[in-house]
Amino acid sequence: MNTKNKDHAALSDDFNRDEARVNWHDETLWFVRAKRDKAAHQIPEWEQLRSAASQIKDNVLSNLHDYLQEFEKNAAKNGITVHWASDSKEHNQIVHQILSRHKIDRIVKSKSMLTEECHLNEYLQQQGIDVVDTDLGERIVQLAEEPPSHIVLPCIHKKKEEIGELFHEHLGTPEGMADPVFLTAAARVHLREKFVTRKAAITGVNFAVVETGEFVVCTNEGNADMGAHLADVHIACMGIEKLVPLRRHLAIFLRLLARSATGQPITTYSSHFRRPRPGQAMHIVLVDNGRTTQLGREDFRNSLKCIRCGACMNTCPVYRRSGGHSYHTAIAGPIGSILAPNLDMDKYSDLPFASTLCGSCSNVCPVKINIHEQLYKWRQVIVREGHSDGKKTAAMKAMSLTLSNPALYKLAGKAGRLVMRYAPFAVSNGLNPWYKHREMPKAPTQSFSEWYKLNKENE
Amino acid sequence: MITVGLFIPCYVDQFYPGAAIATLKLLKKLGVNVVYPAGQTCCGQPMANSGYEHLTGGCNHLFIDNFSGFDYIVSPSGSCVLHLKEHLHAQGQEDKAAHIRNRIYELTEFLTDVLKVKKLNARFPHKVGVHQSCHGQRGLMLSQMSELVAQPFSKPMQLLNMVEDLEVISLNRKDECCGFGGTFCVAEEAVSAKMGKDRVNDHLMNGAEYITGADMSCLMHMEGILRRQNSNVKVIHIAEILNAEPERIPVTTD
Repeated sequence: MNTKNKDHAALSDDFNRDEARVNWHDETLWFVRAKRDKAAHQIPEWEQLRSAASQIKDNVLSNLHDYLQEFEKNAAKNGITVHWASDSKEHNQIVHQILSRHKIDRIVKSKSMLTEECHLNEYLQQQGIDVVDTDLGERIVQLAEEPPSHIVLPCIHKKKEEIGELFHEHLGTPEGMADPVFLTAAARVHLREKFVTRKAAITGVNFAVVETGEFVVCTNEGNADMGAHLADVHIACMGIEKLVPLRRHLAIFLRLLARSATGQPITTYSSHFRRPRPGQAMHIVLVDNGRTTQLGREDFRNSLKCIRCGACMNTCPVYRRSGGHSYHTAIAGPIGSILAPNLDMDKYSDLPFASTLCGSCSNVCPVKINIHEQLYKWRQVIVREGHSDGKKTAAMKAMSLTLSNPALYKLAGKAGRLVMRYAPFAVSNGLNPWYKHREMPKAPTQSFSEWYKLNKENE
Repeated sequence: MITVGLFIPCYVDQFYPGAAIATLKLLKKLGVNVVYPAGQTCCGQPMANSGYEHLTGGCNHLFIDNFSGFDYIVSPSGSCVLHLKEHLHAQGQEDKAAHIRNRIYELTEFLTDVLKVKKLNARFPHKVGVHQSCHGQRGLMLSQMSELVAQPFSKPMQLLNMVEDLEVISLNRKDECCGFGGTFCVAEEAVSAKMGKDRVNDHLMNGAEYITGADMSCLMHMEGILRRQNSNVKVIHIAEILNAEPERIPVTTD
């Protein structure tokens, strides 16, 4: 997939060439949003849960330094080796070193957005290590050589017929077979062989508990457990923001996570890993990769509260109609749009603008991140730091000048309306993006202020 | 008698004087002394939402010059009101700015919360779809949001229920964004237009003759799509419905 040099608007334009597909994508994700609503409305204390989760995460972010050290200490006590990675490169190297030490060149990996963020698969492949993603959706996009388009539903952009074709090509299923039950069974057989033969498993981490040094991995397929339980080496990769102080805090987060993500009451598997079993090596890689920089940005720090449920994507009317790949970053959608500029402001300067600021994302967020307000604030930062188009700046300056001067405004308004009335071709043409799918408003002879001047005595 | 400064957003002034006239007449009918300051232009939101809030100083000072000293400021646009509430600041005039931020109301919330209107002399014998504009709904909380687990309420509906013979249709997605989004509508043309089409389609499928709302900008967007489709369905600002007197047809311009 070529996303190079195309911004969100251009990639969305591509996505929208097939309107029936856009409708299908929108309906599929709206269905998930509706399931989330139903699940949330069954919990009378839902809003209190969100507030509690938000406050716990605020506390974590305000005390991150101490919590991290305490977590490291407790995890080490449990026999887990803890590594610190300042960026994605260091993270990838650490993982590679662990595998090299154990002379392992074939591994299984369950879903981890952090490893997507760090492009771990590509890196390990370059080092001659074969990685098989064991989450079904992840495996599908891996076979298609595409990045995931959604953090919870990685292949939500693919239709079952396309998955059938992929499986026919890679797993030898019959041509034209698109029955989901059949395809899932084929994937199960294919993955079973990998689970049994591979000596190392990488998992992500949903929550790491400071007081106990354990971590929790949530999946619906049990693939993280299968991988970790059968492997001699378990490497868990986590962003440093994934901590919760106390074990009982999980009671709040586990109730929120799956309901927000898919509308399920809880993930099928919420597995706690506390210590390696005898003979097993267990590693945790704690990754910064820009997180401390974001923590230092007062307006954006609370984006680090994110628990990666994907609810903001499912509800986002733009995401549903532009597809995850239009965000050209590992984490798509509204949350991705406030995280990515922190990593590379120039490359991702388009993302905070890929929103109408409708605010639905902030309302569904289980940890109450003010996503739409941060989108607005990122826009200001991006312009201020010089990452906006010069033509746009010139237009905005002209607009500001006109709107700051009542006489100029009235003149421009009148001139505009005259043009629209008597020379509509000047605006109703292919150069005007509005006109591509919409008629221009009809230009009245009189503005309100002109009407008011003439009629105020009678009113 | 309370005195209200009437703020008519720039694009309403230029393109939808009918909505502005209806707002003025409705407020007067309800016994309010309405003043329309002649030197007003725009709230500054088009620049601010594009990342150029630092260029809104001129607009802010002008707004304060025009609207200081009123009991209330009322505007038939939730979006512009929200922008002013959140972002109106001016060096050396911060007390005046604060007064405006606290005293500015979108029209429907002014009617329900300040005037506490219980009865309207209005008739609109049509099937109407109500568009919940995001900034009014999620920003000013004009009505409950479908995402939250909370008691339902709706200020616009409270008023529409006082209109004789009006039938409000129900929508499949009751508060999805129409995709206007200010400069988003041209910068992200493909998604914006698609969102607009989908929103309009929901109203059409459910039998609307009119689409109404408290924000003309969303309605302008949807009107552009309806007219491209040669639809007979029309958009109408909520003020025009609330001001539609039984014996008269709503104010139209041009």
